Amino acid sequence: MQSHLLLMAIFAFFVSLVFAVIAKDEPRDQLRFGSLMFGGFLASAVVLGWLMYPFPL
Amino acid sequence: MRATAAEETQSGTLVLLCLASWIIPGAGHLWLGRRAKGLIFLVALPLMFAIGVAIRGRLFPFELSDPLVGLAALADLGIGAVYFIASSLGYGGGDVRAVTYEYGNAFLIVAGLLNMLVVIDAYDVALGRK
Repeated sequence: MQSHLLLMAIFAFFVSLVFAVIAKDEPRDQLRFGSLMFGGFLASAVVLGWLMYPFPL
Repeated sequence: MRATAAEETQSGTLVLLCLASWIIPGAGHLWLGRRAKGLIFLVALPLMFAIGVAIRGRLFPFELSDPLVGLAALADLGIGAVYFIASSLGYGGGDVRAVTYEYGNAFLIVAGLLNMLVVIDAYDVALGRK
């Protein structure tokens, strides 16, 4: 398992899951909050990745 | 003013609850009757930790000379009994040459930190704040 994107998605899934379960009590709210957070993680990673693209280390 | 016997009993129970919640992720919520939440924590956090070990992350040693390593070790310890089981079985040595090494560290550290949040949440639930 060496795909950075897959590992990042798995990481985002676990963090979103735990935060959603901590922050909300109703399953519907948890699903909504968790999905938003997971999507936010993925979107921000892709945006940050492209922003860093012109700056090679 | 001295604490009453009931208050002392309650604070003792709270300490036990937090200890249980730290040692076994989700145990505090299970104790408080929040079964669904407890089971999710019980499965998700050790699984996240196990993935971190499997992709060659490192369980950091307690080196006070290097503050960042010390802090990472504290965060690793946050997962509770799973940390001691993994380290006693020889897992978590880490392989800095592995492509997934940094990801593994992130999984291990964040699993520990999330369990600390779960302990605080269990404490809040026990106090009736949630």
